[in-house]
Amino acid sequence: MELWLIPALPLAGFVINGLFGRRFSKALVNAVAIGSVVLSFAWALKTVLGLGEAPISEHYFDWIVAGGFRVGCDFAVDRLTAVMLLVVTGVGSLIHIYSIGYMAHDEGYARFFAYLNLFMFFMLTLVLAANYLVMFVGWEGVGLCSYLLIGFWFHKKSATNAGNKAFIVNRIGDYGFSLAMLMIVVTFGTLDFGAVFAAAASKPEALLTAIAMLLLVGACGKSAQFPLYVWLPDAMEGPTPVSALIHAATMVTAGVYMVARSFPIYTHAPAALEIVAVMGLFTAAFAATIGLAQNDIKKVFAYSTVSQLGYMFLGLGTGAFSAGIYHLMTHAFFKALLFLGAGSVIHALSGEQDMRNMGGLRKMIPLTFWTLMCAAISISGVPPFAGFFSKDEILVSAYHHAPWMYWVGTITAGLTAFYVFRAMFMTFFGEYRGHEHPHESPPVITVPLAVLAVLSVVGGFIRVPVWLEKFFPAAEAPEPFSLVAISVAAGVIGIALAYVMYVAKPGLADSVSSGLGALYRLVYNKYFVDEIYDATVVKPVVNGSRVVLWRGVDAGLIDGAANGIGSRSQGLGAWLKLFQSGNIRSYATWVVFGSVILVVALGLVGAVR
Amino acid sequence: MNGVPLTWYLILSAVLFSLGIAGFLFRKNIITVFMSIELMLNAVNLSFVAFSYQLKQVNGHIFAFFVMVVAAAEATVGLAIILTVFKNRATLNIDEVNSMKN
Repeated sequence: MELWLIPALPLAGFVINGLFGRRFSKALVNAVAIGSVVLSFAWALKTVLGLGEAPISEHYFDWIVAGGFRVGCDFAVDRLTAVMLLVVTGVGSLIHIYSIGYMAHDEGYARFFAYLNLFMFFMLTLVLAANYLVMFVGWEGVGLCSYLLIGFWFHKKSATNAGNKAFIVNRIGDYGFSLAMLMIVVTFGTLDFGAVFAAAASKPEALLTAIAMLLLVGACGKSAQFPLYVWLPDAMEGPTPVSALIHAATMVTAGVYMVARSFPIYTHAPAALEIVAVMGLFTAAFAATIGLAQNDIKKVFAYSTVSQLGYMFLGLGTGAFSAGIYHLMTHAFFKALLFLGAGSVIHALSGEQDMRNMGGLRKMIPLTFWTLMCAAISISGVPPFAGFFSKDEILVSAYHHAPWMYWVGTITAGLTAFYVFRAMFMTFFGEYRGHEHPHESPPVITVPLAVLAVLSVVGGFIRVPVWLEKFFPAAEAPEPFSLVAISVAAGVIGIALAYVMYVAKPGLADSVSSGLGALYRLVYNKYFVDEIYDATVVKPVVNGSRVVLWRGVDAGLIDGAANGIGSRSQGLGAWLKLFQSGNIRSYATWVVFGSVILVVALGLVGAVR
Repeated sequence: MNGVPLTWYLILSAVLFSLGIAGFLFRKNIITVFMSIELMLNAVNLSFVAFSYQLKQVNGHIFAFFVMVVAAAEATVGLAIILTVFKNRATLNIDEVNSMKN
């Protein structure tokens, strides 16, 4: 099926635009960048349509051969990969098109599209990989592109800082992933998915748990789960299409994909799976509460992304792998739409991101409003919008696993509905509080919004769990009507509450927040997690580096040794210099002196014979 | 040749060698210094030949020939250097030929 074409097309786009883009006209840059991704989407679609029950795998060349251990450059497509392929290339294509409008006036136009294409290449490599090492290549590559694109406006100090933060925090996760790979090599002697998963049942549970936990560390970094989620909100410094593509729809779901891909390991390590569930649930609830009090529209959606990723992990952790992937797909639709819509709002207001300076935009940018509304209803879990189906499957699975998880998840769903609609009402209702003159975005922006809006509405009818039925172990559980009703009710109550607080009685929100006092400040300041990390991790590391490693080891020990040897040699040389008088007879004297000593010494030792 | 014992030859060799050293160290004329070197070489030759005769072995003779060949070659090169030095500096005082310093 020539699977390599799928990632190779965006790579070609990257090479062409990266090398020559500066000299190209914008139309040519567009043609290369968007053409390559759309072609890649078409090829992925063709591949998936030709896919039966059996996976397709292709071997290109042996990458590493060391004794009995070999790693090939292998790609494979099975049903799980198929979902990811279509989401990545499909949503990716839409976001590429959107970027034409959003980045129209940017100086780094070609550079932006080159990075986006590079990202697509690595993401598709990650998804198509048939062993952990090739996956790791894609994994690191998307991290690099994430760094490049967060810091895209590198003249802004905050953007480069955010890029560094994302990169460094991801290193922690990647370290876990690479340790996991080493353990897999030691345990299984191979990195191929097929061979590892076939042998998983016969390995001791303790080993599998250790591998699963290390993989989870990697997933936790990439997918922004507690305690490594801190980079994602800061990543909003990047251009909005980047936030939509990388930090909402695709890259951050790589961790979810990786855990789902490794499900045979996790199903044989129940303790690790339990931790996945608890971590996901905690992150979902934790991030949702932070989202309640943010004023930057992109920050709200960023915490929402962290929270929704938590849901996906909850789904995986409670054994509903297909539900997790289902939510991954619907989330890609509505969260990409939320970000692109937010981008359209920001574009309309010439860069304003603070919701306190918005309001009343419903009439001024109606198309953006209606599409964004679809996404907001979808994420709130109102039937029959896409988010309802997937979130519901996760919550039902959580109920069968442990009822308390269901209740926490349902309350979080209510919070989700509340903060999303709070953002909607602050942005689009009430009186306009800004100074710019809002203008509707051009069609190149609104058409992708419309397509994503349609997907957010009807995307739930793409029955991913049915598609993946035979792929994952069956987790079919009855869906009691009461559970569904309760979770929908939670969403509706959240929306209603937001309506009361921000539209019906506008003063109410302020009095509630001031009434809550310290609690509100705690949430508003994101539980001071950044400050805590700064004090407990960043400062010690920086100071340790400065005092011990720099002043102590580097300047003291290493420089001291190098300089010491130098100055000792100089001293010795200065002394030896005295012998080189230039006077031949003094040399001769030394020679005589030396030979006399030699003769006497040899005579004493008796070695002359 | 029974009359002259080996010791005498060796003493003569040592005396000649010491004279060579003394000349080398204390004379200032380069040519004299050069001749002192020849003297040392021939002092050594003498002990080679004496030992060779005493031990009835031919090695010492061969060594002596080698030394002579080397000395001849050395004399050629050495005299050429001395000529060049004299041409360039108009002096044969060894203390003034000290440009190797610094």
